[in-house]
Amino acid sequence: MTRFSLHRMLAIARKEFSHLKRDRLTGGMVAGIPIIMTVLFGIAINNDVRDLPAAVVDEANTTASRQLVADARASQVIDKLIPATSPWEIEQLIRQGKIAVGIYIPADFEERIAHGRRPLAQLLIDDTDPTIFGTARGLAILPLHAVNLMEERDTFELRALYNPERRSAVFIVPGLCGVILLLTMVLFTSIAIVRERERGNMELLITTPIQPLELMVGKIVPYVLIGYLQISMILLLGTVLFDLPIRGSLADFYIASGLYVASMLTLGLMISTIAKTQFQAFQLTFLTFMPQMLLSGFMFPFAGMPKPVQWLAEIFPLTHFLRIVRGIILKQTELSNMTAEMWPLAAFFVVMMTFATLKFRKSLD
Amino acid sequence: MTAARAPGNGDSVRAGPAIVTRSLTRRFGELTAIDRVSLAVPLGKIYGFLGPNGSGKSTMIRMLCGLLTPTEGDAVVLGVDVRKDPEGLKRNIGYMTQKFSLYTDLTVLENLRFMTEIYGLDRRVAGARVDAQIERFSLADRTGQLAGTLSGGQKQRLALAAATLHEPELLFLDEPTSAVDPESRREFWEFLFDLIDHGTTILVTTHFMDEAERCHALAILDDGALVAEGPPDSLVAELPAVVVEIETDRPRAVRNALLAAPDIFDVAQLGSRLHALIDRSRSEPSAYVEALLAQRQLRAQLRQVRPSLEDVFVMATRDSPAERAA
Repeated sequence: MTRFSLHRMLAIARKEFSHLKRDRLTGGMVAGIPIIMTVLFGIAINNDVRDLPAAVVDEANTTASRQLVADARASQVIDKLIPATSPWEIEQLIRQGKIAVGIYIPADFEERIAHGRRPLAQLLIDDTDPTIFGTARGLAILPLHAVNLMEERDTFELRALYNPERRSAVFIVPGLCGVILLLTMVLFTSIAIVRERERGNMELLITTPIQPLELMVGKIVPYVLIGYLQISMILLLGTVLFDLPIRGSLADFYIASGLYVASMLTLGLMISTIAKTQFQAFQLTFLTFMPQMLLSGFMFPFAGMPKPVQWLAEIFPLTHFLRIVRGIILKQTELSNMTAEMWPLAAFFVVMMTFATLKFRKSLD
Repeated sequence: MTAARAPGNGDSVRAGPAIVTRSLTRRFGELTAIDRVSLAVPLGKIYGFLGPNGSGKSTMIRMLCGLLTPTEGDAVVLGVDVRKDPEGLKRNIGYMTQKFSLYTDLTVLENLRFMTEIYGLDRRVAGARVDAQIERFSLADRTGQLAGTLSGGQKQRLALAAATLHEPELLFLDEPTSAVDPESRREFWEFLFDLIDHGTTILVTTHFMDEAERCHALAILDDGALVAEGPPDSLVAELPAVVVEIETDRPRAVRNALLAAPDIFDVAQLGSRLHALIDRSRSEPSAYVEALLAQRQLRAQLRQVRPSLEDVFVMATRDSPAERAA
């Protein structure tokens, strides 16, 4: 075994840059993907549902009942009111997808208030989407303005620490740093080895003195730089367009990002040494992409998942990176306090790199 | 242009053959691609593997380059056992694959530079070598062009330039001229003779007779087995058959008639003529053929000719009588 040669490793890295330079579309995507995705998802993804279409059947039609409907609208949870005449009609409208919320106020509404009989009215909710259900349920605890019957005191004082305005972009954009890189980084390297094999370059390459580790590192280096470029763009767009606060240390953020990028790139390399064709590489990439996307805590709260799934998700680099970026950007956590999230990333990188290097054979056997 | 090319890049001058194989065998599952081949390739010569498609020429080259592990037998290339130390070999050999294997989306210059870096050439040496190769292989006006847009002949020159950048002692060429016109082929062989003059050993596979004739020595492979070996002229001289050329308007009938007769090894069609390979021990071969044809009322003009390499090839790769019967 000859020694690791920096010279040969850089030759591979330079060659990868030349490929990128020639491939205009891929080169454009380096900037295009983070811009498009950050803008689109920063605007689009919203857990704070407002202005649901609704219908009201007010059989009481008194001052109090009209006030209740007005309060419900003022909450901004519901918006347009479609007129309806009966609870059955409300159900019909929900089934047709025309409304998400229906309010039914019975004829004896005032009487129920007077005698403190509950419930006072009924809320029909299209709970096929749990997020809509969660929001609409807020209407159920709406205090009655007109009659100060229920003078309730909150048990708790609520203090939202990091995102009191509940802006989704503040939550989403740091997560996008991880998700966008998950896609671009793995794809870049997952075809890196297969492509050379498919195009016939590999037979020449393995007849030269190149060492597997030189090849693997050389294939990663250019994309680490691209990863840094992309993550900087996402962060910049986040601050400029969505007023994302960066509360922690940028240096910490970049150190953690480097480790995350490297672990994603080696995941791609590992795929590339297994796959026989580029198409297989795409499928394997997809196989690793969806679980990370859905189980890492990017879309759904991590704590809500069953324990075995949580253990599985602890393997994913994205899971740890999300905690790190949200910690640094939103909570001003220092990286030194998050070593528990850093070492799984490092371990993932080492395991994948070792696997890819050992799996790669300089022969056609 | 005529950079000093001492064999071995400054290593001590080698003695003995460049390649020695003993019962070299490679199986892919059930299929035996190379079957107990033993041969020796002398230093500083062009050695050719001649054989039809699927005869195992590429498999042979890949084993000798250390890309495929032999199933049985062994091969010593430049003093290195390919089984034990395939990596030790790679610095001293060059390999031009059958399919163009440089990067089509890199320019001529980028490809050549990349190869110098991969072979770890010193930067100044590398620059000079690249310039020299560009000059030598007439690529000066193509340096900025993407390799994928070159013509067949240009691609082949670039591939040879890349394979010889590090001045290998031993050069493997796998059907290097199968995709180029005859003019480029002649030119390509001039480059090869030039390399030999500078001490390189070349192993080339081909299925062209005119190329095979230019080799110093040949190994004819058929179905993975070595069926003949030696310099082209001695192969011709030692042919155990005489050749009778037959001109007829019913070649198929004539061929069938002759194949059934004793002492006729094979009858091959070469253009409009037939070549009958007849056992040397038979006297008056023309008269013998004439008699055989007369029996079946077949008319033909006969003439005994000097055997060619093509006849050697036909003789060597013909089916055995048992196979023919099957």
